Amino acid sequence: MTDTDIPPHSAPNPTQFDIDLRSARVAFGGVDIFHDLDLGLPAGSFTCLLGPSGVGKSTLLRFLADLVEGDVSGNITCSDGVPLKGRIAYMAQQDLLLPWRTVRENVELGASLRGQRPDHDKADRLIAEVGLSNAAHLRPAELSGGMKQRAALARTLMEDRPVVLMDEPFSALDPVNRLRLQELAARVLRGKTVLLVTHDPLEALRLGDFVHVLRGSPARLQDAITPAGHSPRDITDADILRQQAQLLRQLGTNETAAAVPENAQ
Amino acid sequence: MSTPVKRTPLSERRLLKIARPIIIIVALIATWQLTVTLTGAPKYMLPTPVDVWHTLITRYAVLFDHARYTIAETVIGLFAGATLGALAAIPMALFTPVRFWLMPILLVSQAIPFFALAPLLVLWLGFGLASKIAMAALIIFFPVTVAFFDGLARTEPGWLDLARTMGASRWRLLTHIRLPAALPAFASGFRVATAVAPIGAVIGEWVGSSHGLGYLMLHANARVQIDMVFACLLILCAFSITQYFIVDRVLRAALPWQPDSLTPVR
Repeated sequence: MTDTDIPPHSAPNPTQFDIDLRSARVAFGGVDIFHDLDLGLPAGSFTCLLGPSGVGKSTLLRFLADLVEGDVSGNITCSDGVPLKGRIAYMAQQDLLLPWRTVRENVELGASLRGQRPDHDKADRLIAEVGLSNAAHLRPAELSGGMKQRAALARTLMEDRPVVLMDEPFSALDPVNRLRLQELAARVLRGKTVLLVTHDPLEALRLGDFVHVLRGSPARLQDAITPAGHSPRDITDADILRQQAQLLRQLGTNETAAAVPENAQ
Repeated sequence: MSTPVKRTPLSERRLLKIARPIIIIVALIATWQLTVTLTGAPKYMLPTPVDVWHTLITRYAVLFDHARYTIAETVIGLFAGATLGALAAIPMALFTPVRFWLMPILLVSQAIPFFALAPLLVLWLGFGLASKIAMAALIIFFPVTVAFFDGLARTEPGWLDLARTMGASRWRLLTHIRLPAALPAFASGFRVATAVAPIGAVIGEWVGSSHGLGYLMLHANARVQIDMVFACLLILCAFSITQYFIVDRVLRAALPWQPDSLTPVR
């Protein structure tokens, strides 16, 4: 879905390169989680990965982040010829905030881990952007679940990496907070290449430019569904609901769903 | 706003908090006095609380002089043992081969009864402070090492993943994530150490020494000055409790994010 109108609140440095994953394979204990898996992530696109629990969604995400150890192979190429390593930011289901650091210190974690001087102004700006200005001095134990995930989002944005990998970042939140955070993420990450793992078809359709289903063992990637319009989309829209039904069919145990062409791209 | 649940008012709870140890101490002393009265035990078997109090006051100078040694041995032993424990735990957590070589040695060291080691330490290190410090340090080395190693080995894997994507070096991973994350575990090991360190010092003094409360107890016991033995025990107890209390307070203040030191929020 290419749109010519420029959406408001784009990320400051839009991503300029495509990512092409070829023949990815990960095996644990001699069993292939997936093999011959191909996935393309166009520059600045928001891709969602749906699938049943344990199918290997997180593993695929972690594979891209170079976090899987052991029996792993595959090629990741970027269209600008620079390796992907070191150009990703990672956001997990748990907030992963360090309990001994304040919100602000957590947002600035990346710089201190690299031995750099943190950009306090930028951190404050991003903390304000996720609505935590009044909580910047608090430790995670003093925050609600939604506030923690906001802080984690600010920490992800602080890294300002061209590629953002998100592993069910909103799944532990209550519905209202989840919708708010989805909206916020859609706004602040616009222009970045994002891969989001989720088990919620509506979340995927709300946020994704491309929605893939991963299923089977070894897992295979189904053809992408491309919801119309800009994210965050209206989930009461008839087209979205129709596509949700289609995704649920693909996700379901109903084997006829396998008739959908397999192994996209 | 009235709630049907009855709650003790804050001031009353605070009062109880102060009064509780006093009540416990008074009850213990009363039980002690009652035991002496009921059994009619002679003074050289079980002195009364008043006898012991009298000894505490009249022999204050001697008791204080010897207590200084025991306290010094305990405190120095505590810090020496904790430092060694921390220094052993870090390489064990960082380098797998070190863990494989050091763990069996640690376990074997725990199989040796420390009472049996005390005469050797006195033989090697002499009658002075060094052998008692070594004894106290040895006795606390294991709990500190194991607790800290456990803490270092159990770093939340998600934090490590996050740090790797952020480009952290192995060193900064240690100093910024693994060490602070393991501090609460180290603190619980250190608390245990605080409680057992005086035991090490006193054992050392029993075996060979001319100073310290352990020496004084043995000396008085041989002369059937049981009131003196009790006075030494009371001082040891008071010191151990005070030391534990101080260490606990300092650790809580130093690690305010620890779950047990947080005030409940919301």
